[in-house]
Amino acid sequence: MNPENEAEQPATRAERRRQEAEHAHEIEEAVVAALETEPVPSEAVSAPVGGAPVAAAAATATATKTAAPAEATPGEEEPASNRVLREIMNGPVVLSFLAVLIAFIIGGIMIALTNDEVQETAGYFFAQPGDFFGAVWTAVSGAYGSLFQGAVYNFGKDDFATGIRPLTDTLTYATPLIAAGLGVGLAFRVGLFNIGGRGQMLVAAAAAGWVGFSFPMPMWIHLPVAILAGLAAGAIWGGIVGFLKARTGAHEVILTIMLNYIAFYLISFMLRTPGLLQAPGSVNPKSPAILESAVLPLILGPNYKLHLGFIIVAVATAGVWWLLNRSSTGFRFRAVGTNPNAALVAGVNVKNTYVWAMALAGGLVGLAGVMQILGTTPDGMTSGIDAGIGFDAITVALLGRSRPWGIFAAGILFGAFKAGGFAMQASEGVSVDIVGVVQSLIVLFIAAPPLIRAIFFIPAPDGKLTRRPLRRNSKAVSA
Amino acid sequence: MKLELRGITKRFGNFTANDRINLVVEPGQIHCLLGENGAGKSTLMNVLYGLYQADGGEILLDDEVQEFAGPGDAMRAGIGMVHQHFMLVPVFTVAENVILGHEQAGFAGVLKMKEARQRVRDISARFGFDVDPDARVGDLPVGVQQRVEIIKALSQDARVLVFDEPTAVLTPQETDELMAIMQQLRAEGRSIVFITHKLREVREVADAITVIRLGKIVGEAEPTASNADLAALMVGRSVDLTVHKEPAQPGAEVLRVEGLTVLDENGLKVVNDVSFNLREGEILAIAGVQGNGQTELTEALLGLQNKVSGSITLNGAEILGRSVRTILDAGVGFVPEDRNRDGLIAEFSIAENLMLDRSTGEPFVKAGNVQRAFRDEFATEKRTEFDIRSGGINSLASELSGGNQQKVVLARELSRDLKLFVAAQPTRGIDVGSIEFVHKRMVATRDAGVPVIVVSTELDEVVALADRIAVMYRGEIVGIVPSNTPREVLGLMMAGERHTEAPEAAHEVTA
Repeated sequence: MNPENEAEQPATRAERRRQEAEHAHEIEEAVVAALETEPVPSEAVSAPVGGAPVAAAAATATATKTAAPAEATPGEEEPASNRVLREIMNGPVVLSFLAVLIAFIIGGIMIALTNDEVQETAGYFFAQPGDFFGAVWTAVSGAYGSLFQGAVYNFGKDDFATGIRPLTDTLTYATPLIAAGLGVGLAFRVGLFNIGGRGQMLVAAAAAGWVGFSFPMPMWIHLPVAILAGLAAGAIWGGIVGFLKARTGAHEVILTIMLNYIAFYLISFMLRTPGLLQAPGSVNPKSPAILESAVLPLILGPNYKLHLGFIIVAVATAGVWWLLNRSSTGFRFRAVGTNPNAALVAGVNVKNTYVWAMALAGGLVGLAGVMQILGTTPDGMTSGIDAGIGFDAITVALLGRSRPWGIFAAGILFGAFKAGGFAMQASEGVSVDIVGVVQSLIVLFIAAPPLIRAIFFIPAPDGKLTRRPLRRNSKAVSA
Repeated sequence: MKLELRGITKRFGNFTANDRINLVVEPGQIHCLLGENGAGKSTLMNVLYGLYQADGGEILLDDEVQEFAGPGDAMRAGIGMVHQHFMLVPVFTVAENVILGHEQAGFAGVLKMKEARQRVRDISARFGFDVDPDARVGDLPVGVQQRVEIIKALSQDARVLVFDEPTAVLTPQETDELMAIMQQLRAEGRSIVFITHKLREVREVADAITVIRLGKIVGEAEPTASNADLAALMVGRSVDLTVHKEPAQPGAEVLRVEGLTVLDENGLKVVNDVSFNLREGEILAIAGVQGNGQTELTEALLGLQNKVSGSITLNGAEILGRSVRTILDAGVGFVPEDRNRDGLIAEFSIAENLMLDRSTGEPFVKAGNVQRAFRDEFATEKRTEFDIRSGGINSLASELSGGNQQKVVLARELSRDLKLFVAAQPTRGIDVGSIEFVHKRMVATRDAGVPVIVVSTELDEVVALADRIAVMYRGEIVGIVPSNTPREVLGLMMAGERHTEAPEAAHEVTA
């Protein structure tokens, strides 16, 4: 943590945490509301994930075909070039990219509409339309320009070392998002909807923090122990969900939401109670600062906020990739995630798989909590330390289509939004909420591929623009 | 009403599912549409029903060209469809299902249920159906559900009725009853399109037969044509419909089931005190009407049922109560009844599906890593050996036809070192060519000394494959009889009559 930066905008920081906490709460309420109306929300939400292809190598060749009607097996006489083109156009990567593009366009329209100068020039649009378009251009390009400069490279600085700082900020913000996104995405692949990111992050941060500020040790042992403590706490918190689901059949969405509340109030209580997590001599619900020996070291020197956590998360991404795509455990995970019945018949212990998958997912989300306490805010923990990341992680996992490197890229994109959003607000006066709108639009479009296809006139994979075969979608009476 | 299809062409991408199909169905005629799975029959009917829009050609009713934007238009024009997978809402009553989509409401939007019930009763009376308008559809047997579909179509006064593989889910008795209903409808002057791939049914009711292969009409046949001729037309080559096998050479006893009882979730006995044994090199067929405990019996053998009592010993070792993993490792091969639900993972490639139940150790997994080179090599080999027709080993299971999907399941199970092979409904919903293949492999498995249990509701299949036949009724085995037992006797046993004359049967039951 760069002390200079910390001093720079303390007010904004606090404001952001408050906003994020609110944001988190809204999502929770929305999900609870959805639960009441929709009997099986997880299927609805995870459908785009489940429908996406499994083998990363065959990514483009797959999703397109699953939608084809039962009687239509793809013909072999089809020209290869056409097929490849169509598959690429309908491949998840291109659709994700187009979703981002269209979200930015709509975001741009909103920036223009809310800009004072644009509104003013619109008043005499027919007299001088040039003014209007000029104002639109200034507003949108200024906003996105500052977003870019705040997230990637600041051209205002003289030397490369300072100019590149925004990019390192982006990666710093991305670190916990990727970790938590991996946790949510892994659960998705096993057919579980993990919205317990908040709780898992909180317990992990508390455990890592407690080890971090209570036990002075040499760094080479203190840091690993603190990280492992956090991982273990997150894994247990996630594992409880898997265990209860396996044993009682309770739905993981309800379990994770409730465990979020339990974690939040439990940690809040501990932070207010002297002798537990509260800093000695303090009246604030805040823990002591993490000892220097347990803080994640800055990897680019004191001028950059980027810490070792980013490397750890990159390794974790590679690990999850290996797990899902190369290991036999991952093979069974994916089998359970796509067809638990067939997995059961194939001798997979589906219940145990749920427990292990949720424990792993909880551990990964816990890693995000660890990054927060040992990397982002080592000066002490509050009950808002999760900063809404547990919920943003759902978005990141969806955008990354639950594929480890997809999540990695999506996490960096969202990290860039975080880093650049405030720069945009500071320099252009465009509300940071616009960034939130763009983020949400991206996922909205990703969840609705037909919308993207309609906008960009891409034919659907089965050659029809709108109608999907009804027989596949309707639930028939089973014998 | 005369139905005429002229030059119907339907493409999915570059795949032509229907290629210039011409078809004329006269009033009072049952026109059979015969073809393998994936031949394009259902696509054609979905075009007719307005679910798909044709890329070319036209639909004529009584010589008038029709434009169907959706099923609603088709229904209004007088086309009714009885789907293979019923389009009914299970929690609705019969009457509610029948009016669904054509609800007539009175004051304040209150549904006119009284009229709806009366309508169901009227139609039921006309055809001699015994359908209670207030019964919940989900509680009805499959055969009755199908009648609800027929009533639904007739309540819209459908003059053209399409039956899409209606017998796939029916028992032999229900099938016969359906045939009678179709003949009755024909007598009323309705035009009937009957889609099937079961040759016996075709010959029983058809007035005209059109055979489709690979999206094209390949020929018309008279109902008097022989099974072999029809089958040859369907698959494009001559097909061996009889199963050639030598008499069984039973060896040592491998499987012994004693007093096996399985309870369902509600604590009801779905398998009741079943005992039988099985020796090396023989095929035991379990016959019976669907839903008499066969499914639960096979699942109990694989350890998939929870509430079981009694004893199942495989080569002297008790396997009852063991995990599925242990039982698979003990050498039990299993082809589940519903391959899409239990046998395959649609989103997985053929190669991945072929290693589905072998993901715990060598040769497919070493040190926690899937051995992808070995997996692909294995898949390539099995794809050739089992004639799995696909784009390659990386094709998804969902892209395969039913027959090829079943070959994947068979390839996976038969390539393990088996001590017992259990196949539930191994040929359900697959084409003639694949059935022949599946039967051959099962006999080959038997001849290799592996005992085989095959569960089937098709009497033809039971008789063709079995060395001994066990008939199940309401969870019990009513008798185990030799394969040369007359069909009438088997039919009576399937209806619950105990077969006491055969001393062998009595011996087997008490064994």
